[in-house]
Amino acid sequence: MTAELSHAALAIAFALAVAQAFFSLWGAWRGDARVMAVGPAAAFAIFIFVAASFAGLTYLYVTSDFSVANVYANSHSAKPLLYKFTGVWSNHEGSMLFWALVLAIFSALVGLFAGNLPPRLRANVLGIQGLIAAFFLLFILTTSNPFLRLEIAPAQGQGLNPVLQDIGLALHPPLLYLGYVGCSVAFSFAVAALIEGRIDAAWARWVRPWTLVAWLFLTLGIAMGSYWAYYELGWGGYWFWDPVENASLMPWLAATALLHSALVMEKRDALKIWTVLLALLTFSLSLLGTFLVRSGVLTSVHTFASDPARGVFILCILIFFVGGSFALFALRASGLKPGGIFAPVSREGALLLNNLFLSAIVATVFVGTLYPLMLEFVTGEKISVGAPFFNTTVGPLALLLVAVMPAGPLLSWKRGDALAVAQKLAIAALVALVCAIAVFAINGAPLYPMIALAVAMFAIAGAVIEYATRIALFRVSVSESFMRAAGLPRASLGTLFAHAGIGLTLLGVAAEGGWSVEKIAHVRPGEAIRIHDFDVRFRTWTERKGENYRDLAAAFDIRRDGITVAELAPAKRIFVMRGQQTTEAAIKTFGLGQLYLSIGDPSPDQSVALRAYWKPFVLLIWLGGVVMALGAAFSLSDRRLRIGVPKRAANKRLAAVPAE
Amino acid sequence: MTRKQRRLTLIAVAGIVLALAAGLTLSALRESIVFFASPSELVRNPPPAGKRLRIGGLVKEGSIVKEGLQVRFDVTDGAQSVPVHYSGMLPDLFREKQGIVAEGTFENGVFSARTILAKHDEYYMPREVVDALKEKGIWKHNEGGKK
Repeated sequence: MTAELSHAALAIAFALAVAQAFFSLWGAWRGDARVMAVGPAAAFAIFIFVAASFAGLTYLYVTSDFSVANVYANSHSAKPLLYKFTGVWSNHEGSMLFWALVLAIFSALVGLFAGNLPPRLRANVLGIQGLIAAFFLLFILTTSNPFLRLEIAPAQGQGLNPVLQDIGLALHPPLLYLGYVGCSVAFSFAVAALIEGRIDAAWARWVRPWTLVAWLFLTLGIAMGSYWAYYELGWGGYWFWDPVENASLMPWLAATALLHSALVMEKRDALKIWTVLLALLTFSLSLLGTFLVRSGVLTSVHTFASDPARGVFILCILIFFVGGSFALFALRASGLKPGGIFAPVSREGALLLNNLFLSAIVATVFVGTLYPLMLEFVTGEKISVGAPFFNTTVGPLALLLVAVMPAGPLLSWKRGDALAVAQKLAIAALVALVCAIAVFAINGAPLYPMIALAVAMFAIAGAVIEYATRIALFRVSVSESFMRAAGLPRASLGTLFAHAGIGLTLLGVAAEGGWSVEKIAHVRPGEAIRIHDFDVRFRTWTERKGENYRDLAAAFDIRRDGITVAELAPAKRIFVMRGQQTTEAAIKTFGLGQLYLSIGDPSPDQSVALRAYWKPFVLLIWLGGVVMALGAAFSLSDRRLRIGVPKRAANKRLAAVPAE
Repeated sequence: MTRKQRRLTLIAVAGIVLALAAGLTLSALRESIVFFASPSELVRNPPPAGKRLRIGGLVKEGSIVKEGLQVRFDVTDGAQSVPVHYSGMLPDLFREKQGIVAEGTFENGVFSARTILAKHDEYYMPREVVDALKEKGIWKHNEGGKK
């Protein structure tokens, strides 16, 4: 019964979504408050029904009901409980249902928190959210029903792909989906503004917190995914420029640009049309990501061809929303009142430069990701565009962007003093130079990572200097500096953390790229290799048993200066049930660096191929992401931005708010 | 600064950034893209020595020879096969009759692989391999492909 009830709940949610879209948009058009009131109620009801449906699927997984095809294909009764939960979104159908659930959560939140929005704007926003929900629910109901029953219930399920049996699956997809789908709110706001044909600074103030939430989760999701790939795949790589990864990077870049341009719009009432365009673009790129991943067009033409209905349906959704919103933009953007043009040397000038670089990077990643698909589609020729392409294109652009980043927050609005900023940043430049020279003196250096290292240090020092300037550190007494810090809006902490986080990530990338050591060797028990200043000695083979697997592990003693500092046991994990095996790397952290061991298949003579890495400062790559997300959290807690705060603007009925 | 000058500055800066991005992209596309070939194409039309490319096909039965880290095997698409030399660790699912993609250079009739890809999924076939096999007519529908 659970499956049928859940299925029915989903169908009801679809009907409600159609109602939400229709009545909200129609009510907004007619200006009828009673009709518009349907929107928030419907959004809340959709959330209840989709949540019930999702809970139903989770129940089927936890109770291992193999009469449901989806559970049969992706679960097993002997699977650890955690993976019975996470298994729900490990597959196409379940993950689409999860997508719909996140969308329903965001729509309900908009209905809940947007009480002080002008009613018409709110109705249009909820209308567009309803439209998106309706399309995706229809997609699930017609092509990806997770509740299909099998005629004869098998006694046992097929189990979950071993690579996915990891805590990473519990965190990575939910975080990423919160980010992807969170972008839909900014999109709906943009379309609503285009429908109304007017837009002002208050609009940017409403959009920013939603974008910040999406950006926060997207940042964590990408960082988490990167770390997961790093420890799970056994290759020691943290970013592969795989199309699926790029699909998550592009909305992140666009959302970053949107956060900054919305700031200009809020404070200076400029860049309005551009900000709307970015809001459309960000969610369009999220949808493109969903299409690329879910249609199967990337990994295998075969999956795409085996069920063309899915790919074509998602393509239709993509074309409808992207094409529709951009057509609306082309029709209505000229009617929006453009903002003024401003001085090049100013805060807004710097933010514009940020937007230029970010857009250029998005365009480059877009070309690199889709060019192979397009070429094959047009000429049939097969090429692959990999890391070398992105390193030579995205690399320099990103370095330039991060290099000018510290100047932004130091410049004042309207007219900045370039000389004063240069003086303040001189210390940061000095720090960067000293670090680069020190590293060069100790390690010698390849050029590219060297530049990246200097830029990263400059960015971190610059972010700290900017904050120190604000609290007048060392110019007044320490206690007064504390007072000033307490009096500052939290958003300035947000800037500090977000910008320093970028610097930290870049520092990790530079160190990993420039000073990692890799050793591949063939070792027998008793033999040792030396990597960095570690002696890695292969002691013996051991076996470990897990709930549904067994590990064939190679035990290594790690010695440094003759003292044993760790024991590491990288393994081949064999999943008996599916006859599959995975590589389990063993990692030991020393400070911010990591010693990383993984092994190949054992030979009959007990010997094994060992891959060992020493990666200095590698942890910074992901810690930087966490620091960035913290920055977003600080900004969100700022009084000015807290969701629902701009009451003043609402009371004045969208009267343009003067910039502070 | 007049309004006109401000606008010109803006356009100039935007132009420079976009030109930089376009320039980098075009030069990178010329230098760092990697073409794909099946063993038959490789034999028929050998590429210039030193040019990086990808080949894909099935690991030929009984062709794997391992000496420590050195591995030699043949990759076949049914019609032709090409010897591959590789030094390093093989992916988890590397075995006979498994579809793989190798990236490297082709010289004197031997493919020296720098990387070998075989995804972590027993059903997975690199798409280039599927296409190459389909071309040779030895791909059966429902072979591989999830579900």
